[in-house]
Amino acid sequence: MGAADQAGELKFRDPARARALAEALAREVAAVGRPVEVMHVCGTHEQAIARFGLRAAFPRDLHVIMGPGCPVCVTDTPEVDEAVALAAAGARVCTYGDMLRLPGASRSLGDVQGEGGKVEVVYSVTQAVEIARARPAEEVVFFASGFETTAVATAAAILGGVPANFSVLSAHKYVPAAMEVVARLEDTKIEGYLAAGHAATITGWEIFVPFARATGSPVVVAGFEPLDVLAALLELVRLVREGRPEVANLYPRCVTREGNRPALEKLWKVFRVVDGDWRGIARVPSGNLELRPEWAAVDARRRFRIDTALVGGAAKNELADRCLCGLIMQARKDPSDCELFGKECRPEVPVGACMVSSEGACRIWHTYGGAPDLRGVGA
Amino acid sequence: MCLGVPGKVLSIGGADGMDATVDFFGVRKVLRLDIVDQPVAPGDYVLNHVGFAIRRIPPEEVQETLALFETVLKEAGAGDLLAADVRGEMAAGRAAPGGPDGRG
Amino acid sequence: MIPGPLAGPAAERIGLKHGAGGRAMRRLVEELFLPLGEPGPVDGVGLAAMDDGAALRVGDQWLIVTTDSHVVQPPFFPGGDIGRLSISGTVNDLAMMGCTEPLGLTCAVIVEEGFPRADLARIRDSMAAACAEAGVTVVTGDTKVMGKGELDGIALNTAGFGLTRRVVRDDGLRPGDRILVTGTVGDHGLAVLTRRRDLRIEGALSSDVAPLNGLVRAALAAGGDAVVAMKDPTRGGLASVLHEFAEKAKVGVLLDGPSVPVNAETAAAAEILGIDPLVVANEGKAVIGVRPEAVDRVLAALRGHPLGRRAAVVGTAIAERPGDVILDTGLGRRLLAEVEGEPLPRIC
Repeated sequence: MGAADQAGELKFRDPARARALAEALAREVAAVGRPVEVMHVCGTHEQAIARFGLRAAFPRDLHVIMGPGCPVCVTDTPEVDEAVALAAAGARVCTYGDMLRLPGASRSLGDVQGEGGKVEVVYSVTQAVEIARARPAEEVVFFASGFETTAVATAAAILGGVPANFSVLSAHKYVPAAMEVVARLEDTKIEGYLAAGHAATITGWEIFVPFARATGSPVVVAGFEPLDVLAALLELVRLVREGRPEVANLYPRCVTREGNRPALEKLWKVFRVVDGDWRGIARVPSGNLELRPEWAAVDARRRFRIDTALVGGAAKNELADRCLCGLIMQARKDPSDCELFGKECRPEVPVGACMVSSEGACRIWHTYGGAPDLRGVGA
Repeated sequence: MCLGVPGKVLSIGGADGMDATVDFFGVRKVLRLDIVDQPVAPGDYVLNHVGFAIRRIPPEEVQETLALFETVLKEAGAGDLLAADVRGEMAAGRAAPGGPDGRG
Repeated sequence: MIPGPLAGPAAERIGLKHGAGGRAMRRLVEELFLPLGEPGPVDGVGLAAMDDGAALRVGDQWLIVTTDSHVVQPPFFPGGDIGRLSISGTVNDLAMMGCTEPLGLTCAVIVEEGFPRADLARIRDSMAAACAEAGVTVVTGDTKVMGKGELDGIALNTAGFGLTRRVVRDDGLRPGDRILVTGTVGDHGLAVLTRRRDLRIEGALSSDVAPLNGLVRAALAAGGDAVVAMKDPTRGGLASVLHEFAEKAKVGVLLDGPSVPVNAETAAAAEILGIDPLVVANEGKAVIGVRPEAVDRVLAALRGHPLGRRAAVVGTAIAERPGDVILDTGLGRRLLAEVEGEPLPRIC
């Protein structure tokens, strides 16, 4: 039984401690004396904030903005189309559950599955490798998504040896690039950043020091339990108030200064960074992780001629050019300011990352007709 | 952006000795140890992401993290007491001996 | 008119989400099938109500009729199988309408060529056991065999009928009413999902599939007319039922997260997979809306029944935010969304 770790982890959900932190956070924001905008760059932070209802516990003058931190949501239509085209050509496409509903130009992988295409949800890349071993007569393509945390698993699987009928279609993204996108925002009012704890488990926290110096904004590495998020925000606002552009690690049980060296070695043995389009956000320099040329044999893009035109795809997601995701994400525009909102862009046919994510600003706005404030309801 | 769950290693096996059976709050799952940062033994805690252990969590770190939060809380409280005092002074035009809110 | 490829439903096809119990399915049924129910029973509950079943007046009583098709992969899962599921599902739909003494069930079996006869016998035995628990018999049936590949193993349809003096609808909540759930949530969905997707999570994950008419009988005996809404949280889970309660009764629902019972193993599997037990299917639970004065009586009656030991009061109907479900996590609040389609494991 995991009674000990269960008890340990449950301490990070303790309501009394959470309240104390939330109250301290409110006082800290009040001490700043003006509204403070901070951004997290991690989809799992948003999930944690939503799951535990923390947004309603944040002080009104603290705006916690959801940055481009969900690697699934920022996977662009042409990438989905590549996977759809491979399935249409008869390959067995294995992918993580999050990817199934991600829209392509004409259909998602979930749609392909519904039409009888060979699409399988796997929990781990190792499962995809096993499927390839069990079906030597089929081409098995692993449509790989996630930030470097997940890419190290893909790298480990490849380095561990894969059968000849196995290949990887990489939609892996690189977190430091997301931070750079954010840093280049013009007239940004964002004064501090929460960094993604599990990506930092791999990269280490030191990687954020140049970012903090260059932007003049503090960075706090945060975990994903309620106390992790609240304590990290408290520390972040304090660093903002004191004008200290430093990096603080509030997730020491999982994050060290130098990160997971063996994992990083494996990552860079297999992958390299290239520029990539992130859905509705921007062309992100060094934003994507692609397989290095020496792994051409397992790279689905080099191994197959993928023609996405056959599944209605285009080289570029044209609608995305009109998408305001990047500005909405920074809260500089409301979803209703976007000409696509509720028209071409809806939850069932999302254009930008903000509509793909169940916690995205546009999705919430579309579902609930605005940004709900629940603090006083039913009290 | 990456779902990670801590669990306790029960045993280690597999053809290459890289499969760990890990207990997560009462259910078990086999994780790969290819990319964990340090050697792992039964009884250790690890962080799981997509079926791979990505970090050995030193047990004392859990308590240390909680202690760190207490420190953060105290520092924030202290900083604010000062700020509250200043506001109090400005409002009342006199030196306030203590903050209106004594929490730390 | 919107020009371009989004113009019309011409190319639209049915997707798995249309059968997953959420908003997409309701929309499909509303758009496609509701006309079949017109003009509907003059007196009673018809298709338009989209309730668990129909209620037709017979003398001074109501005839409750319900039908349900069952397909599940794998057909045998921890805690049950498709046979037990088919009997329980229909008995439960009748019970949710207030009919706890079914007169009989029908059973139609569609089997794929090559299906093992021994498996079919095992499913039959399981149906018989569930019938005995519910005190009901199968009174007529039908059998079809389809060619290899034309069906994935086996599909079962059961219909049920019975009489009741009082129909319990799912639109009866008013502000102040309390909402109970009869036990732990998420067990069936996670037990089946971890098997079907080969997620290799080992432990005491087990479906809760069970006929609930005995439990509901106890609740109705204790609560009487104060029991104002009932529904079984199958696909879409507790979240979906609360949304239906809220939308149909035009009230808000405030859900107290910490009081929702969840088995430790189910919670652990959900945590690993990034799935919320509130949106996962149950096959042996009921959600019951009760006037505040009767809540203690009904809760005691539920807890006195073997299937209701972990029953709990989990929510309250409120006048604000009609149609919405607000989850109070103990740390803060959020609107609880319904899921589109089957919950899937996440990486982030």
